[in-house]
Amino acid sequence: MNQSNPWQPGASIQALRQRSELLAQLRGFFHQRQVMEVDVPLLSRATVTDHNIESIQARNGDVAAYLQTSPEYFMKRLLASGSGDIYSLGKAFRSAESGRRHNPEFSLLEWYRCGWDEHQLMDEVAELIATLVPDIAVRRCSYADVFIRHLQIDPHLTGLVDLQRLAVSAGSEAWAEESRANCLDLLFSVLIEPHLDDGLVLVYDYPACQAALAKCAEDSQGRRISRRFEAFLNGVELANGYCELTDATEQAARFAEDQRLRQQSGKAAVAADQHLLAAMEAGLPECAGVALGVDRLLMQLQGKDSIEQVMPFSWARC
Amino acid sequence: MSNYSTNEFRSGLKVMLDGDPCSILDNELVKPGKGQAFNRVKLRNLNTGRVLDKTFKSGEQLEAADVMDTDMQYLYTDGDFWYFMEPQTFEQHQADEKAVGDALLWLSEQDTVVVTLFNGSPLSVTPPNHVELEIVETDPGLRGDTAQGGSKPAKLVTGAVVKVPLFLDQGEIIRVDTRTGEYQGRVSAK
Repeated sequence: MNQSNPWQPGASIQALRQRSELLAQLRGFFHQRQVMEVDVPLLSRATVTDHNIESIQARNGDVAAYLQTSPEYFMKRLLASGSGDIYSLGKAFRSAESGRRHNPEFSLLEWYRCGWDEHQLMDEVAELIATLVPDIAVRRCSYADVFIRHLQIDPHLTGLVDLQRLAVSAGSEAWAEESRANCLDLLFSVLIEPHLDDGLVLVYDYPACQAALAKCAEDSQGRRISRRFEAFLNGVELANGYCELTDATEQAARFAEDQRLRQQSGKAAVAADQHLLAAMEAGLPECAGVALGVDRLLMQLQGKDSIEQVMPFSWARC
Repeated sequence: MSNYSTNEFRSGLKVMLDGDPCSILDNELVKPGKGQAFNRVKLRNLNTGRVLDKTFKSGEQLEAADVMDTDMQYLYTDGDFWYFMEPQTFEQHQADEKAVGDALLWLSEQDTVVVTLFNGSPLSVTPPNHVELEIVETDPGLRGDTAQGGSKPAKLVTGAVVKVPLFLDQGEIIRVDTRTGEYQGRVSAK
């Protein structure tokens, strides 16, 4: 049946069957490895402070609440309570993000491994993808390697002014005074990502300025890096993972910095999640975590170029 | 004129970019998982005809371009300019050779064409998708002559040269698809 009517799903029934299969396969993968599934709340009084993410707001009676942009904060509260290895396979929400690869409501597979570092977790991401695409080519390289290979510059050593100049030529004048993190992001997305090798590419040792919730460290050449990695499947950003920050003081400082950036760009203030900070003060076990876009994964597996073709109803049809 | 923000960019929207009027062909939101959103936009420069890709920060603005597509009647040419008239207002516009472009291969007086106006002046002319034009010059096709695969060049009254079947002669009127320059069929016998 032609599904051009807005009341109909954007994905064909065949695509929905494949979606159903994938969800079962993902659950099977973690069940086999004895990683416990948790279904944490989607509604909370708190949300992320990241200044690049806007949460969808809701009201429960008189109380202002947010739809969660990822299950991370609740999952860390479980980890601090002795849950052991856990995974979440469910929805996440991000305001106003619509496009060929974005829908405000989307599906995230997020999991945490206690006592693992980010490299071990990268291996598991590769294993997971390999169960879905046997013989997939897997490449691992550092953020610096990728920049040197594609743009002939060292992202950790290049001065801000030079990065801004490159960002302006890759983008527009609007990047002339952008931060280091934003310039690098633009260069990566516009000049590097489209040229990444096919198959699974795992990029690790991100710049310290893009650490988010990852631990920071020094790499083998003494450069300050964050223990963060990303997975790209056929040139499409698929997953984001960290060796998780466990220091509550450092986390509080990063939240404060986020809030400063939010205020600076005129965005609404977002209070730091006090429950998360309390959990971290009580003690978050050493762990590595990763979040993977399930819809993006499906798009790659099914060869679809629009997210609306892999989910029952994208926002346009809701 | 007002400005448009990236979240208003739609296919067909007319904007100014680096001094040239452009038509937006495509607007794609890109948001890295932990980064700032931006838009990859495909535009056609209406002055040069070239298609370009530009990346804008989400929320960036472009000035709206005063570009309007208007149906007009083609009147005549004096060799330097081509003259068109808006049928409702009788207002006349003159377009130079650059603005008329390839359309001059297909224009017959009284034809209704689309004239793209930029700040009130003709920027480009789009002829109808199909036109009927007389063959003014062609070699008589000898029956059985398939040396060129069964077609021969024919010059039309406008100066355009089109490949036609061998059986057509001077004076015959043919239908041509202006988008491809291809013969579509015979309209009337001599």
